[in-house]
Amino acid sequence: MNWITNYVRPTINSLFSRREVPDNLWTKCDDCGTMLFHRELADNLNVCTNCDHHMAIGARDRLKSIFDGGVFVEVAVPEPVADPLHFRDQKRYTDRIKEARKKTGEKDAMLVAEGEMGRTPVVVAVQDFSFMGGSMSMYVGNAIVAAAERAIALKRPLILFSAAGGARMQEGILGLMQMPRTTIAVQMLKEAGLPYIVVLTHPTTGGVTASYAMLGDVQIAEPNALIGFAGARVIEQTIGEKLPEGFQRAEYLLDHGMLDRVTMRTALKDELVTIVRLLMKQDAPVKGDLPAPEITSEATLQLEDPIVPDDAK
Amino acid sequence: MTQYLDFEKPLAEIEGKAEELRAMARENPEMDVEKEAAALDRKAADLLKSLYGDLTAWRKCQVARHPERPHCQDYINALFTEYTPLAGDRNFADDLSVMGGLARIEGIPVMVIGHEKGNDTKSRIERNFGMARPEGYRKAIRLMELANRFGLPVITLVDTPGAYPGKGAEERGQSEAIARSTEKCLELKVPLISVVIGEGGSGGAVAFASANRVAMLEHSVYSVISPEGCASILWKDAEKMRESAEALRLTSKDLHELGVCDRIIPEPEGGAHRDPDTAITSVGEAIVSMLNELRDLSGDKLRADRRNKYLALGSKGLAA
Ligand SMILES: [Zn+2]
Repeated sequence: MNWITNYVRPTINSLFSRREVPDNLWTKCDDCGTMLFHRELADNLNVCTNCDHHMAIGARDRLKSIFDGGVFVEVAVPEPVADPLHFRDQKRYTDRIKEARKKTGEKDAMLVAEGEMGRTPVVVAVQDFSFMGGSMSMYVGNAIVAAAERAIALKRPLILFSAAGGARMQEGILGLMQMPRTTIAVQMLKEAGLPYIVVLTHPTTGGVTASYAMLGDVQIAEPNALIGFAGARVIEQTIGEKLPEGFQRAEYLLDHGMLDRVTMRTALKDELVTIVRLLMKQDAPVKGDLPAPEITSEATLQLEDPIVPDDAK
Repeated sequence: MTQYLDFEKPLAEIEGKAEELRAMARENPEMDVEKEAAALDRKAADLLKSLYGDLTAWRKCQVARHPERPHCQDYINALFTEYTPLAGDRNFADDLSVMGGLARIEGIPVMVIGHEKGNDTKSRIERNFGMARPEGYRKAIRLMELANRFGLPVITLVDTPGAYPGKGAEERGQSEAIARSTEKCLELKVPLISVVIGEGGSGGAVAFASANRVAMLEHSVYSVISPEGCASILWKDAEKMRESAEALRLTSKDLHELGVCDRIIPEPEGGAHRDPDTAITSVGEAIVSMLNELRDLSGDKLRADRRNKYLALGSKGLAA
């Protein structure tokens, strides 16, 4: 069960990979319809500056928003067997994967990274909803196991951002088996005495909520995120009635005792730093935007040629 | 009176004819129909054998859902002694779609837990068609915890279309309950043996079946999603369930090849519903044999083996 043996030298990511945002373009808020400056919206982590509506944020942008100076080191994820069932619906699974890779530039639906957050060393896993709906595949399972193993090796907390419609149907029972598999990853963290914090983002449903996404020591959700097990349409068909306003939304779950907190994306980093440092009995945190860390931590020592983004110099 | 599945229609005709002949003979004792009826019987037996010898994935789903297939209650009644049901999650309710309690099998004290679908309209409604609410999983967690404290092996019988998609179920944390039940399965320091006796419906099944040994009755199925659900999402047409059932690889043979199922329990000719006693006996023998494999292992070893089994899943796919 030693996934560390598969550990590959990490690669560095930085703000350099951020797509250039043209200043003259506008985005319309999905919710209130306000026209928002691209740059302004990106600076506010894709949260509408008018109505606080949380629009989707890319997995890499999420990592940049969490780590000091936007600098992190990616943790390698072991490759699983490709297309284990030789699955084909109207399209081949292998073709769907190819398309998703082309569209997102990512291997699969989960990124794992290590770095410093408010000068606090952490491992962070981010589920990528833009990759086949974030669906829980064997790769996602491998990523979560790798994240837990890495956190344990470095004695760091693991923070996981979930976003998925459930298990990946094209991997059939093996997709489903990521439920017990990822649960074991969470158990290993708990046994190592390390915090596991889940941030549920829009949307998180199905087998993902019924496994690692609901097993955090602290459960936080972004405002208005859809969180549930069954789909609302299926429930309405089953019970033959309309569901109440706000059903399966973060605030509704908070009211029903299923979450610890609902927190604005713009306040998340500080809140995570506070929680993690309290649980780890570390000194009170340094808050706010911090430059990239000095090149002294264990993670960064492994880098041959660390890249520090311009705005962190 | 057997309920026939759609693909058994030719069989129903032959068996119906044989029955008609015999009924006529009962009313007219001078008629000798036995030779003809026996020929029909042989024909029916041959047809049954060929139909069930090569069931498609979708037909297996139909057999797994057959209303006359033996259910959890039938297995408990026949295989266990001193069954003492234990109820409730100590929190909200007693969910009758999950039954369980203390019992003995071959004299060995165990905890037995399973989904029960019910066998007539009244009991089906009472049992919510085997679709558990959070309380059902929380009852199971409580019983597993009890077994763990007293060193009793846990046996789970899986037969559910899936967790119940309801308003209250969501409000009371359906996903959390399933996650915690799976977590409990993986924590136990006693043997955990699961038998999929009918439908292994997605997360609702995983919550009971994250076990040291997972056995499946030959025609039972275990899947990430129902073929109908998969068809409506990926084929955009719920009627394409034959195709999706095939693609999902949900049969006992597929799961055995993928390492999810450890043992296939053969079913009598024509499926468990045609000869429930034989099916139940086979399941009993398999449970005892698996218990014997695990009984002498230490708690730490049982838990470590179970974890390693699941961590390793996915390292192999189906042969090309
Ligand atoms: Zn807005």
